[in-house]
Amino acid sequence: MGRAAALVQEQKGTRKIRRCFRTAPAPADEEVDELCFEFGLELDEITSEKDIISKEQGDGKAEGASDIILYKIDVPANRYDLLCLEGLVRGLQVFKERIKAPRYKRIMPANGGVQRLIITEETAQVRPHVVAAVLRNITFSKDRYDSFIDLQEKLHQNICRKRALVAIGTHDLDTISGPFTYTARPPSEIRFKPLNQSKEYTASEIMDLYRTDSQLKHYLHIIENKPLYPVIYDSNGVVLSMPPIINGDHTKISLNTRNVFVECTATDITKAKIVLDILVTMFSEYCEKQFTVEAAEVTYHNGKTCIYPELAYRREKVKPDLINKKIGISETPSSLAKLLTRMCLKSHVTGNGNNIEIEIPPTRADIIHACDIIEDAAIAYGYNNIQMTIPKTYTIANQFPLNKLTELLRQDLAAAGFTEALTFALCSQEDIADKLGVDISSTKAVHIANPKTAEFQVARTSLLPGLLKTIAANRKMPLPLKLFEISDIVVKDSTKDVGARNQRNLCAIYYNKNPGFEVIHGLLDRVMQLLAVPPSKESGYLIKAAEDSAFFPGRCAEILAKGQSIGKLGVLHPDVITKFELTMPCSALEINIEPFL
Amino acid sequence: MSPAMATDGPALAELLLQRLERAGGGGLGSLEAAAALGLEHQQLVGAVKSLQALGEVIEAEQRSSKRWELTPEGKEIVQEGSHEARVFDSIPAEGLPQSELMKLPSGKVGFSKAMSSKWVRLDKNADGGPRVFRAVESVQDSVREKLQLVQQGEAESLEEKDRNELKKRKLLMEVIIKTYWIRKGSAFSTTVTRQETDLTPEMLASGSWRDLKFKPYNFEALGIMPESGHLHPLLKVRTQFRQIFLEMGFTEMPTNNFIESSFWNFDALFQPQQHPARDQHDTFFLQDPAEATDFPMDYLKRVKKIHSQGGYGSQGYKYDWKLEEARKNLLRTHTTAVSARMLYRLAQQEKFTPAKYFSIDRVFRNETLDATHLAEFHQIEGVVADYGLTLGDLMGTLREFFTKLGISQLRFKPAYNPYTEPSMEVFSYHRGLQKWVEVGNSGIFRPEMLLPMGLPEGVSVIAWGLSLERPTMIKYGINNIRELVGHKVNLQMVYDGPLCRLDA
Repeated sequence: MGRAAALVQEQKGTRKIRRCFRTAPAPADEEVDELCFEFGLELDEITSEKDIISKEQGDGKAEGASDIILYKIDVPANRYDLLCLEGLVRGLQVFKERIKAPRYKRIMPANGGVQRLIITEETAQVRPHVVAAVLRNITFSKDRYDSFIDLQEKLHQNICRKRALVAIGTHDLDTISGPFTYTARPPSEIRFKPLNQSKEYTASEIMDLYRTDSQLKHYLHIIENKPLYPVIYDSNGVVLSMPPIINGDHTKISLNTRNVFVECTATDITKAKIVLDILVTMFSEYCEKQFTVEAAEVTYHNGKTCIYPELAYRREKVKPDLINKKIGISETPSSLAKLLTRMCLKSHVTGNGNNIEIEIPPTRADIIHACDIIEDAAIAYGYNNIQMTIPKTYTIANQFPLNKLTELLRQDLAAAGFTEALTFALCSQEDIADKLGVDISSTKAVHIANPKTAEFQVARTSLLPGLLKTIAANRKMPLPLKLFEISDIVVKDSTKDVGARNQRNLCAIYYNKNPGFEVIHGLLDRVMQLLAVPPSKESGYLIKAAEDSAFFPGRCAEILAKGQSIGKLGVLHPDVITKFELTMPCSALEINIEPFL
Repeated sequence: MSPAMATDGPALAELLLQRLERAGGGGLGSLEAAAALGLEHQQLVGAVKSLQALGEVIEAEQRSSKRWELTPEGKEIVQEGSHEARVFDSIPAEGLPQSELMKLPSGKVGFSKAMSSKWVRLDKNADGGPRVFRAVESVQDSVREKLQLVQQGEAESLEEKDRNELKKRKLLMEVIIKTYWIRKGSAFSTTVTRQETDLTPEMLASGSWRDLKFKPYNFEALGIMPESGHLHPLLKVRTQFRQIFLEMGFTEMPTNNFIESSFWNFDALFQPQQHPARDQHDTFFLQDPAEATDFPMDYLKRVKKIHSQGGYGSQGYKYDWKLEEARKNLLRTHTTAVSARMLYRLAQQEKFTPAKYFSIDRVFRNETLDATHLAEFHQIEGVVADYGLTLGDLMGTLREFFTKLGISQLRFKPAYNPYTEPSMEVFSYHRGLQKWVEVGNSGIFRPEMLLPMGLPEGVSVIAWGLSLERPTMIKYGINNIRELVGHKVNLQMVYDGPLCRLDA
């Protein structure tokens, strides 16, 4: 969903799922929708290739296309195990108790012929980690192969942070021979035929080659300015890959590939291990020995050796009482263990029933705390089966004083005949400087580093530009236009921890065939009356002539109250009026209301 | 109405009423009445209308009828006689040369008609050219007589043949006119009282209002809108949400700080530093002031540790947590940054006391803009901190909150948020769309967020959020967010907006 979901940081991978339900006959749409909802997935659309083609290219082109039902499903961003069809089906089957969760096993090859990968010292500067594994005797089909490639792409976009943290390379092991070397070399010294190219290029040429590639151009920056580029060779000097950009053509996998060498190079070793575990657990389903993965050995330059994939099963103990209390249910320990087992978290009651031992499989890297386990118990129990209760928390409400004052003033400004505007807090430098006749350096404006357009260059230091733009967009409305806004501006303030603060301003504007200074002046008098501040030199408010580039000379006054200057009012300068594309005289008032708290 | 008509009106109306009195219960036709009173029909219609305006004095049913009228030439003939009669009259005893006769206004037409009626004769052999002489002593101008009958409203008494003949000569024409059939009304009277437009101070002073009759008002017309200011629709909805939170005992958080450090916006919420939300593409970072300088250092160390090594029963994210990343200033992407500050402050109290907080304020996202998404929008957020809060408590609180918004049918879907676990999206059934739509997001804050702050272990914090814009757009039927928020607002929409009653 969009940003209406305020607590959500949007990060959902969308995946087309085919034949999600393998039992015939095909389930009713409502049933699929219900299951997805219950499990925390979002069923986006039910369609077919035929439907998609006829929608995009017309009915004629769709003839002969597959009419197998496709479910477009949004998957939670932390569930990498649900990103491919294999994992999603497995997860749902276990949830529906049709199958038991498989147990993934790392095995050492017979004859001790473990694949070895040696990391040289040079990689430390550019991409210091690598992990590897072998999928032995795998059988691909077109669908399986497509899914294998697609999962790598999904992982690259998601947890791999567009290959910056981790890059995956998969190779036909039968085309190469170990031990392999992961090193880093100057771009001019690396030379190979990249995947699906017809000739060899140097690394520098490869970068040029992919500068215009719609996909690969996004990854070039990761290594481009490094003196050395990472590269993996086999024992004969064949290039497996130049991570994170491209694999070599020599090792490419096909539908006929039987043995796949998987390497993941990384700047973040934790994520590399997760990515490798996910990829091999998902596709070991198609290995001769189902759900087994052949180990590979990685040796660092300091001699340290690691065996991958880790495929670690972690054990946690959680008290049933805690689970019940956090959710607000009262299930027996064994029932809770059963619920968790349905979430691929194999659990059993231990001791005399006051503990549940949970085994967290290598596919569930998202489980990092007991609260994650509790959530899974709640999902399996069914969120909508939980009894709703009202907390007994007793509190006395308080309004934020500044907002309370704002609410009161808004009502009375509207009662005084002015209409409330709601303008953006972000704007262009021009809006708050050039157009008001001041230099941007003289403002205390906060500057945005990465605006996509000029509309978001700075945070406003005045409400006036927003009101003037509102009038400009409503020039067709009958005159006079009387607008106001009470909202925050932002100014730099070195006394604050972040170096800036908000200030609550009140701005009002009168736009008509005559300047109407007396109208705006009258409004000031009314606002002061509402704030119980009398017109008086000593203890009240007064206005005195002032100069300001935004106002017409001789038609501007400073407003003094509470012993300080709180703002200005006056007839706007003709240049200001013109720059905001207006044609009528105009007077305005802007004050800081915080002194009246 | 012309001034003459206005003065004639009452007298005329009374004449009509008297005639209606005589006509009895059957009523009379406006056309006949006009003829009988010697009026133009239009004048009589004016009288009918003024009587109608008095209320129930008369009943007038509109009808349409055909009527014969004189053409301008026909009218001229009624005045001056037919062309042939005029030719006849213009010929002296000694006759008239044909050439001179032809110069007369009615010459041509009149001569041929007079000839065919044998009223005149032509002597072609007369001295000085052809000459016309009277052929009879006197003539009867039947054309004129017939036309006079028509003018008197008695066209029906003519024979059809004659009417057609006159029509052919373009002296008569048949017109369709709207007429009224007039009957006595329930308040019939033969006199008309002048009606006053409105009360005046003089009438009040003299008491004359007691005897006067007043013109009825037209209640079908719209009144004049009062001159007034207007509150902005989105902020009217904000006021209602504030009210709801206050009714539920929630205290308002100070959210008047758009600029936030990455630390409070992300790190404090256990959102890892590589999280996509912390990407340049999603968040507005600041160039100046680029970095925050002041942090509660003990707390910051605990945050660093929970991210990079774990603790408090958590595995952590196991990555190299960097202070530089936490220092980066940004425009807050959610008000939850303020909730984090408030919860931290709550944790610093000597003894924990339960708290309920809310806020409704602006947040900023550096995202792609479309018809429903802007770079800044308002987030509504509610937070409850107490010992032993459950997921059921969160759902119950949400039910109460949404009931106050007029939303009763709720459903909860498991979801993922980096800083809540469990998390749930809130859906409500939309009758218009006939489907479940997401109305908010919620969850229980992760221990990795709360425990480093120093909150006691048994304390749970439930929270939920939604945007202010979306319910407002649904409420007021607005499709393009730019018509609602920002300077391109449609002021007419602001002027015309109804009250905001969310549960109505």
